[in-house]
Amino acid sequence: MSYHVNERGYYGNFGGAYVPEMLYPNVEELQAQYLEIMHDPAFVAEFNSLLKDYVGRPSPLYLAERLSEKYNANIYLKREDLNHTGAHKINNTIGQILLAQRLGKKRIIAETGAGQHGVATATVCALKGIECVVYMGAVDIERQAPNVARMKMMGATVIPATSGSQTLKDATNEALRDWINNPVDTHYIIGSVVGPHPYPDMVARFQAIISEETRWQLKEKIGKETPDYVLACVGGGSNAAGMFYHFLDEPNVTLIAAEAAGKGVDTGESAATTALGKDGVLHGSRSLVMQTEDGQVVEPYSISAGLDYPGIGPQHAHLHVSGRGVYVSITDDEAMQAGFQLARLEGIIPAIESSHALAQLDKMKFNGESVVVCLSGRGDKDLSTYMKYFNL
Amino acid sequence: MNRINELFKEKQGNLLSIYFTAGYPNLNSTLDIAEALEKAGADFLEIGVPYSDPLADGPVIQNSSLKAIENGMTVKVLFEQLKDLRKRVSIPVLLMGYVNPVLQYGVSNFCKSCEEVGVDGVIVPDLPMYEYEELYKECFDQHKLSNIFLITPTTSEARIRKIDELSNGFIYLLSSSSTTGKNLDVNTNVEGYFARIASMGLKNPTMVGFGISDNKSFSKASQYAKGAIVGSAFVKLLAEENYMEKIGEFVASLKGKEVAV
Repeated sequence: MSYHVNERGYYGNFGGAYVPEMLYPNVEELQAQYLEIMHDPAFVAEFNSLLKDYVGRPSPLYLAERLSEKYNANIYLKREDLNHTGAHKINNTIGQILLAQRLGKKRIIAETGAGQHGVATATVCALKGIECVVYMGAVDIERQAPNVARMKMMGATVIPATSGSQTLKDATNEALRDWINNPVDTHYIIGSVVGPHPYPDMVARFQAIISEETRWQLKEKIGKETPDYVLACVGGGSNAAGMFYHFLDEPNVTLIAAEAAGKGVDTGESAATTALGKDGVLHGSRSLVMQTEDGQVVEPYSISAGLDYPGIGPQHAHLHVSGRGVYVSITDDEAMQAGFQLARLEGIIPAIESSHALAQLDKMKFNGESVVVCLSGRGDKDLSTYMKYFNL
Repeated sequence: MNRINELFKEKQGNLLSIYFTAGYPNLNSTLDIAEALEKAGADFLEIGVPYSDPLADGPVIQNSSLKAIENGMTVKVLFEQLKDLRKRVSIPVLLMGYVNPVLQYGVSNFCKSCEEVGVDGVIVPDLPMYEYEELYKECFDQHKLSNIFLITPTTSEARIRKIDELSNGFIYLLSSSSTTGKNLDVNTNVEGYFARIASMGLKNPTMVGFGISDNKSFSKASQYAKGAIVGSAFVKLLAEENYMEKIGEFVASLKGKEVAV
């Protein structure tokens, strides 16, 4: 079975491009050109050079000794938190800004939830001197003020999405509407492995650097390129897509994705899409979607703004349905405890998103196996949440 | 032949279609509004199926959709309401909505329900052309439903030809690449685009939509197409008090006629 996209943009039954005619030319332009551009040697050279000198790659693969001791495993943390701007998001925005330049685009739009992707987009736009407009839910703007300030300082215009629930889903709608109204000069940098084809595949390819490095780093450390387990958190699923990419066709590697259960899968306050979602269409692709019987998209909930999304990338839906990936649900409380534990055992404060992946360790029994956990982001942005939760 | 085909055969031009959202402003206002629009002189109707994430729509239709969902409108409720459609309305009626609610209802169930209540056509802007052609066209044909495609100023000629081949009612000509509810600037080079489409010799008639809000833009569109579609401007009216009493005047003013008393 193939776990990669087919020539029509599908992963099994999921994917495709469900867009109104107004977006068809934009999407078609990308579909026709993204692979050619990405394979162009000059593009590859510029992408790799920026990842090295600007982002700070390769990110370390760190053997977390005290954590390993606790769980009786060899646990390696893939340190995406050490990237410039503090998360894996920049891998994708570097790739897409170079692609937008080659497509002759003069203006960039993006959506953001917690602001990490917005910051990563504003960063690369400043780097390249390109106009940047970021849509962000009005509610999120209020609760993520430091990231809003970062984007503004780098010259981006932050536009509040005031429709619907005024969070990530609505910011995505507003960005898509902007693209409809500005079809010629604008490129939309989607932040996750969601959206119409080719976005899920394009973003996964830009994030695939995570697993590409992990393979040679493991070879150096343990003499073989594959671990027993790979763990990552999933909202839309971009860090997991990158972390899984070069292990998809290695059947001996168990791939585990941690979704946000929020207050519990059955509480009505959750973002666990594979547990609660049904086959549907959201933001241009067919995937699993949290929705009512009538097909109205449901508002998700998670303590982590980066996982607070009612859909999941179509590749993840396929990995879940086909059984290649194991999709688990982690509650707010479990994630917060895992984040706190990493701070105490390893001196690393993780993003609450990444803490969801760490929390899964507690639910497994090990006997010396090798485990790679994608530490997708750092916890600086979450300090106020940690402070409130632990009365720090 | 359904009512849409008959209408375009009978009437040569200046056709006016009005869009409104089902379940807005009140859950049960759908059929009253439809009936009033026919009386006022609308030539056909597009009833919007509300969706939580209407990404091709501007604020006016977005808000009407959210309100309609709050009011309790669903695909099931709509078909229940439309059981009386053909007792009260004789002009062609289309349903316009996004693909997800249709998928959840089931496409073949949806087509079947449309035929049962007397709906003549469907507009689903985010249903991909290939998927319609490969999976659903047979079902649409079986239930005598016209599937209406959109084209924009940036749609390629080859794609327009393909759309013409797959269409069996009319083609929805977007005045510009935009979300709904922006005003058509009649002074821009939109005429060049309309004229280009008009000269293509398409087998299907065209109707212009998006940005049509008054007699001036309606007349301009009607020069190049069989008529035009008004959506946001009408939905805006439905937010006003005593909107039922204003429908006659609204339609008459679009058509540029004195109000019949």
